[in-house]
Amino acid sequence: MQNSLDPRIRRSDLDSASGFNQVGENENWETFAVFHQDKRGDAHVFVGIVHAPDPELALVFAKEQYGRRKKTVNMWVVRSTDIYTFRHEDEDMFATVPEKNYREASGYPVRKRINKYLHDLEEAHS
Amino acid sequence: MYGNAYIDKNDIRPSTDVDDPVKLEEFEARIARGEKIEPDDWMPAKYRKTLIRMIEQHAHSEIIGALPEGTWITRAPSFKRKLALIAKVQDEVGHGHLLYAAAETLGKSREAMINDLLNGKSKYSNVFNYPAKTWADIAVIGFLVDAGAIVNQLANSKGSYGPYCRALERICYEESFHLKQGYDAFVALAAGTPKQRAMVQDALNRWWFPPLMHFFGPPDDLSVHSEELIRWKVKMMTNEEMRQEFMDQYVPKIWEMGLTLPDPKLRRDETTGKWEYTQPDWDEFFRVINGDGPCNKERLAVRRYAELSGRWVREALKNPKQVHHVPYA
Repeated sequence: MQNSLDPRIRRSDLDSASGFNQVGENENWETFAVFHQDKRGDAHVFVGIVHAPDPELALVFAKEQYGRRKKTVNMWVVRSTDIYTFRHEDEDMFATVPEKNYREASGYPVRKRINKYLHDLEEAHS
Repeated sequence: MYGNAYIDKNDIRPSTDVDDPVKLEEFEARIARGEKIEPDDWMPAKYRKTLIRMIEQHAHSEIIGALPEGTWITRAPSFKRKLALIAKVQDEVGHGHLLYAAAETLGKSREAMINDLLNGKSKYSNVFNYPAKTWADIAVIGFLVDAGAIVNQLANSKGSYGPYCRALERICYEESFHLKQGYDAFVALAAGTPKQRAMVQDALNRWWFPPLMHFFGPPDDLSVHSEELIRWKVKMMTNEEMRQEFMDQYVPKIWEMGLTLPDPKLRRDETTGKWEYTQPDWDEFFRVINGDGPCNKERLAVRRYAELSGRWVREALKNPKQVHHVPYA
């Protein structure tokens, strides 16, 4: 690469790697899921994965990749193989009754009931 | 940086797998409702294949794109510019990692993607096969190549595949700094001495034809293939729509500084709102994408050298008991 504009490339012996074109299987290690906490009091949130040979290095890479820009106070990493999950195709199992008013606070208009009671009381006394 | 939504139609052979028509209908209905597809969902073979190709190509572009810019870190004109360029190059490599991860969720391992790049089977954005000759080139790349990338990535971030959208959202947020620092360096030269103005004008002339005009790929023929990709929200805008959008936003900014673009035909038709321009040489586009550009050999040689140089470290840290696992998201 004598004609390269980059002096570092002109100094490197790139030809020594000319026959190399095969990264081995698993040479990029396994994957870890990264959970990021941007401030104390907030939940850790899944932000993506890193490739690493072990949890310690996974944390180092996670800091580099997911803590580089955003404010960060803490991180978790978890081996992808240690995550258990439902399948998206089974999401209908989360379907429940369409009307869930009975389990919402807003489904209980107590004040309306009280007002009606007071109103009826007033009517009865007048 | 550097999405390049160009998909060579000769590159995608019709899949021999026939998709289950019932599942296909459910899949298309889900996308029509604006829902995202997740990695463990059923998807048509062609959807998977095209997305792998597109996201992988995008990832390679980020990594390769760091090379022409990295060249100038040691020669940046001031400490602040050097800091910005280091940060930008670091971001680009980070983007490469994020995108490889998104492509991996579709079932292709990162090693397989790297091998396809080194063997010339996978493509990357053509812009990086052109040399960055002066500091002004770095300003033009930081400003206009990243601007093109933002147009492309913002469009794609509204696509249908969840992991790709999530990666792009983060990338676009970082990209806005890249563009702004490039714009700043560009304006500093354009508002500078006659020598500096000449330098940035020269860089513009070299980057407009062919790299920037090739950036979004040739105008799409409205084939069944591209209609399907648009219906599946793999491709969100046609190449020509993206090019028009790019010109709408950035040509005025170039002209505002009293600089010119090397195309006498370039003008915005006020009645149609469309830009008219000279068609770039598309034969050159295909020649370069297939390996015959000014820097193709050097770029791949550097990637090969970097992979080989780091290999002993990766090997030393390898855990013999580990298994390959497709990430969930």
